[in-house]
Amino acid sequence: MNGYNFAYLDEQTKRMIRRGLLKAVAIPGYQVPFGGREMPMPYGWGTGGMQLTASILGESDVLKVIDQGADDTTNAVSIRAFFERVAGVETTTETGKADIIQTRHRIPEVSLRHDQILVFQVPIPEPLRFIEPSEEETRLMHSLEEYGVMHVKLYEDIARHGHIATTYAYPVKVDGRYVTDPSPIPKFDNPKLHMSEALMLFGAGREKRLYAIPPYTRVESLDFDDHPFEVQQWDEPCALCGARDSFLDEVIIDDAGGRLFVCSDTDYCQSRREEVA
Amino acid sequence: MRRPQLERSALLEARDITRLYGPEKGCEGIDFRLHAGEVLGIVGESGSGKSTLLRVLSGLEAPDAGRVVYHPPVDRGVDEVAENGELDLYAIGEARRRALLRMEWGLVHQNPRDGLRLEVSAGANVGERLMALGERHYGQLRAAGQDWMSRVELDPQRIDDAPRTFSGGMQQRLQIARTLVTRPRLVFMDEPTGGLDVSVQARLLDMLRTLVRQLGLSVVLVTHDLAVARLLAHRLMVMRRGRVVEAGLTDQILDDPQHAYTQLLVSSVLTP
Repeated sequence: MNGYNFAYLDEQTKRMIRRGLLKAVAIPGYQVPFGGREMPMPYGWGTGGMQLTASILGESDVLKVIDQGADDTTNAVSIRAFFERVAGVETTTETGKADIIQTRHRIPEVSLRHDQILVFQVPIPEPLRFIEPSEEETRLMHSLEEYGVMHVKLYEDIARHGHIATTYAYPVKVDGRYVTDPSPIPKFDNPKLHMSEALMLFGAGREKRLYAIPPYTRVESLDFDDHPFEVQQWDEPCALCGARDSFLDEVIIDDAGGRLFVCSDTDYCQSRREEVA
Repeated sequence: MRRPQLERSALLEARDITRLYGPEKGCEGIDFRLHAGEVLGIVGESGSGKSTLLRVLSGLEAPDAGRVVYHPPVDRGVDEVAENGELDLYAIGEARRRALLRMEWGLVHQNPRDGLRLEVSAGANVGERLMALGERHYGQLRAAGQDWMSRVELDPQRIDDAPRTFSGGMQQRLQIARTLVTRPRLVFMDEPTGGLDVSVQARLLDMLRTLVRQLGLSVVLVTHDLAVARLLAHRLMVMRRGRVVEAGLTDQILDDPQHAYTQLLVSSVLTP
């Protein structure tokens, strides 16, 4: 498109963000500040993820964008259309074909490869924020590895609900050092972070922070000895493709309380149904 | 002939501490030694510098001059003890200072809301310091929480209640439980009975005295209330305008004050 640089951001900004990304990869889980630019959409819609995608996107790359696992929701459709217009790159909905996948709230069910990059849109990058409002203090806590308060939250969950009721944005420890918020992915996806083949990049536009989980990095979910980390389970399989190993969304289908459980990863569901057919 | 060692080694030493915000605002030239198992009271009127001194001693604020020296006990020291068994509080790094504050020391704030996390349950409050030390067993954390709640005379049934549903006196007890759960050697208390009515105060003081004796705590106690000092403190320091004007045994100072200001202070106590 005329009048815009390739992938919207100017080259100096992309260089600045790539320098930040290099630092983030070198220190897994560490939040690197960056000079966030204004994007042509409001904060909270994925401006952080978009700036990261724009900085690493090449002309021959194939892009996939998902929102809650789906390729066809508003956020996914508009971000995909945006990069089609400002970068002219090829886009896809197939996980296997994509080089870069920008995501909100999910990790695809199919395991990613080492030549793929997953870019997360992060609302609140600081896992300690809920208990410590001061940025100065949280930075100090990170540098001194004072992570006792993270367990206060989990303790409180068990005390109130009888089990760890945190189901998304479940805190993890990356490479045995930094406690990190894996963005609001369901805890179902936490095990996929561990020793992942693909590079995982996280961008928070409003907070202007980016961080990374490099390939083949240890990622442990925090828990108690007598209340170990567990992922969600469903009693029934996906109503469309019959998958028992994927994250299911509950869909209300009528006014009488009828409901359906279907895969949240639309591409996974689609490909399974095509296989059967 | 072998003589008994009369010079017991001090636990905490203040060496010529000065922290001034302005002339006579803060504390100046403070020198004292606190021995293991001893309760030292610091009394004086508002603005005399006692809270500033406590902040400096407890590692919250670096002094302008002077040193705060801690002698960690041999049996459970902080990893490698510094040369000749001394730890200079502001010479060691921030990481070690904070570790020391978490593990060996405790701080009880005047207002329990400063020392508690009001949004999480009583049990989580008591367990926080244990979790910070690496305790990762929910059942044990809970047992410790209930044990300490009953020690400070709180109903262990209320372990899952939020501190904001507790009365002022109960919040103060909870704060004390939260501080003592890691068995600190040294506890700093800033007006622990401030803002409580007299009967609640009396029960709290009684409990504090028992705990101090049972656990062999060393305490630095800041108060403006001479009755509290009389009950709890073995030794007293009287401060005025940032300086110590008189120091000695509690009974000696309260019964036979030498300095004019101490005399004024003692004679100002209301007796019903």
